[in-house]
Amino acid sequence: MATNVELPVVPADLQRIPLVNNQRSIGWISDRVMAVTEGSAPLWWWAAFIPSLLCLGMLGFMLTYQITTGVGVWGNMRPVMWGWDIINFVWWIGIGHAGTLISAILFLLRQRWRTGVNRAAEAMTIFAVMCAGIYPAMHVGRVWYDWFLFPIPTYQGLWPQFRSPLMWDVFAVSTYFTVSVLFWYMGLIPDLAVMRDRVKTKTRQFFYGLFSLGWTGSNRHWSNYEKAYLILAGLSTPLVLSVHSIVSLDFAVSQLPGWHTTIFPPYFVAGAIFSGFGMVLTLLIPLRSMCKLEDIITMRHIDIMCKVTLATGSIVGYAYAMEFFIAWYSGSAAEQFHFMNRALGPYQWGWLPMIICNTIVPQLFWMKWFRQNLIVVFIISIVVNVGMWFERFVIIVIGLHRDFLPSSWGYFKPTWVDVCTFIGTFGLFFTMFLLFIRFLPMIAISEVKGVTPEADPHHPLGGAKHEEVIPDDEEGVTT
Amino acid sequence: MNGTAKQYGVIAEFTTTAGIMHAAEKVRDAGFTKWDVFTPFPVHGMDKAMGLKNSKVGWFAFLGGVTGYTTGMLMIWWMNAVNYAIVVGGKPMFSPFSAFPPSYELTILFGAFGSLGGMLFLNRLPRLHHPLLKHRRFSQVTHDKYFLVIETADPKYSEQNTVAMLKAAGSNHIEAVEE
Repeated sequence: MATNVELPVVPADLQRIPLVNNQRSIGWISDRVMAVTEGSAPLWWWAAFIPSLLCLGMLGFMLTYQITTGVGVWGNMRPVMWGWDIINFVWWIGIGHAGTLISAILFLLRQRWRTGVNRAAEAMTIFAVMCAGIYPAMHVGRVWYDWFLFPIPTYQGLWPQFRSPLMWDVFAVSTYFTVSVLFWYMGLIPDLAVMRDRVKTKTRQFFYGLFSLGWTGSNRHWSNYEKAYLILAGLSTPLVLSVHSIVSLDFAVSQLPGWHTTIFPPYFVAGAIFSGFGMVLTLLIPLRSMCKLEDIITMRHIDIMCKVTLATGSIVGYAYAMEFFIAWYSGSAAEQFHFMNRALGPYQWGWLPMIICNTIVPQLFWMKWFRQNLIVVFIISIVVNVGMWFERFVIIVIGLHRDFLPSSWGYFKPTWVDVCTFIGTFGLFFTMFLLFIRFLPMIAISEVKGVTPEADPHHPLGGAKHEEVIPDDEEGVTT
Repeated sequence: MNGTAKQYGVIAEFTTTAGIMHAAEKVRDAGFTKWDVFTPFPVHGMDKAMGLKNSKVGWFAFLGGVTGYTTGMLMIWWMNAVNYAIVVGGKPMFSPFSAFPPSYELTILFGAFGSLGGMLFLNRLPRLHHPLLKHRRFSQVTHDKYFLVIETADPKYSEQNTVAMLKAAGSNHIEAVEE
């Protein structure tokens, strides 16, 4: 709709960086985002999808092997009873934190740039939580008793033990998954209506019509919708903070040196957001150029996400230092031994990459050049997640391998089943994500439209007459 | 308007958000009740322009949250302290502190269902059929057009005056919608 309208001249240093570049019209936004789902799948999509599907198949094989044989196929041993299963569970759940942070906390903080990335980040959250959920379900050994985790009335008359943080975790993770899906689906309703009105085949028309629930874009509906969205954001904010706090309580409520600390909940949440933003950057940097979405996921988005990574990475680094300080300050011999063992013991090769990847490398983001260089950002975003994987390795394996009794000390090694299962979860994650970008809008179309100047009735591009123009859009969020 | 099908209302198309907002203000001031504005995204300030009251979704979410918290606390107390009490590590049979994290999660879970369910209930969704969804031009509402619809069921509706008012409000394309 960008016709010949006179824009008021704003001095260069007062100009805001637009959320959608090149003054793209709202029709363009629909067309461009939908183009990813229309036509035949591009070559790069197949090149990514086929290996992902093969890895997913491997996951199926590994899990079948593990279920039919037993948890002994993993490297878990005495005293390292929690091995790669819990490392990978915590790692994937942590990655899942960026989506809800972007969609809920940044919504409440009125960060309007979030609209460009929230849909893909929420999808990433859901798929990461699916990958995470596999591990606790599998590591119980007899997976056919998994329903014991839920308070289901049976002839046995037994109930779950709610004094255990592991039970809290069941409720936290399943609530997190459910609420993330609800939030994601609710955001999708108006965009499914966009798809319903565009798709050509009967099958697609039927399914998009069904799942868009008869959405018409009525303002009476939008009014309730926006209130519900705000409330969901308000509910998801304490949720996202509580989930990784409760995951950390699985450790902190125990009596083990290195685990029994009050710093764990905030430190785990910061680490989760850190790794989640790492994964968002890893996914979106290639996707924005593959799907030609540079005008929607702009360099400013990348820049801000790098800053969040830097901030949370610094919090994590502070927590690492504080753990050592408290170990020294506590005067507890067991605690001090644990931390000396962490830095200088047989698993030093796991501790060093954690420190380098999580506390040193992200500090490069203080400099704008690094934040603007997509290749550097992409590499650092992967380094961040490597570092966060080692953090969970350090906490779990180093925490367990030297028990209170030196006679029960051991050295944990993963087996090929551990490694292949982990690679398999990437197969699940990327298969789901690639299907998502082909069948659903990967950008929140109606939200991005809502932050363009065209959507603002007080902006000349929104059709406002000269006298009613409010010079700068200071009213905050439009949603 | 071929006379065979019953008319649902008139649909007026607008091309800018400012245009539809001013039109909505005019229709509101004229005292219409059965009318609506359709936009591809929520337009900031439209609720006021239409004279809508604050949404009631909050009550549904609140009820959901209260239900969730109460369910959690009562369930844990009954299961671990009444129905099958087991002493674990000399801890009390029921403590509000260890029962809090699951109850807190259930508060959020039920609250989220309350807000989504409340939104759908208040909007009377899902809806499998709507006269507007058959209308040829209306599919542009999810793309880049804005529509104002006044139903024939509105007591103030009259064919000439309503169309004239919408034309005066700046719409360049007005059509009838069949039931």
